[in-house]
Amino acid sequence: MESFILYLGIVLMGIMLMPLYRAVVGPTTLDRLMGMNAIGSKTVALIVIIGLVFERVDMFVDIALAYAMLNFIAVLAASRYLHKRGRRDTAS
Amino acid sequence: MIEILVIFLCCAGMLLFFGGMIGILRLPDAYTRLHMAGMLDTLGLLVLLLGLVLYGFLHAPMSLLVQFKILLLWGFVLVTSPTATHAMVDAGVRAGLTPWVQADVKRRRK
Repeated sequence: MESFILYLGIVLMGIMLMPLYRAVVGPTTLDRLMGMNAIGSKTVALIVIIGLVFERVDMFVDIALAYAMLNFIAVLAASRYLHKRGRRDTAS
Repeated sequence: MIEILVIFLCCAGMLLFFGGMIGILRLPDAYTRLHMAGMLDTLGLLVLLLGLVLYGFLHAPMSLLVQFKILLLWGFVLVTSPTATHAMVDAGVRAGLTPWVQADVKRRRK
């Protein structure tokens, strides 16, 4: 059952490569922002899985909470900046 | 019995993540991709965290405080992930990004 959690983390890292593609070659700025948000929301689950693998869940859960808050604040700030900048950044 | 539930919840979360990523790669427009990311990532993360709480309840014994913190993370994701998606769509609309319509495909085929 421990190896199941380990494989779960490896599969999750494989899945995280796909929004990385969208974040690198995305045609608009909104696509890049969305790709980074998708990577961040998967990292929250990955941190809890790492905590289960190392059997230190009590420490890694705090890191996951702080990472979730940081991801949310970063996405809000970047989207506010995007709609202040206006049309020329996002015109497809 | 609970092990089957743990494996089912974790695999369901992985399947939801995978579906969302396929949608992110293949859909035609930024708004449709945002819809896919917002819906499936939120549900996948919630289901996966529930499975991890059940796993820690069984195999790696957690204290009650750690389970409460994971449930706190569950509630936090439930509130903030749709809010972040809405903020991104709102930024796109205000910045003037035009949505994809069916007429674009017909025009391109002619």
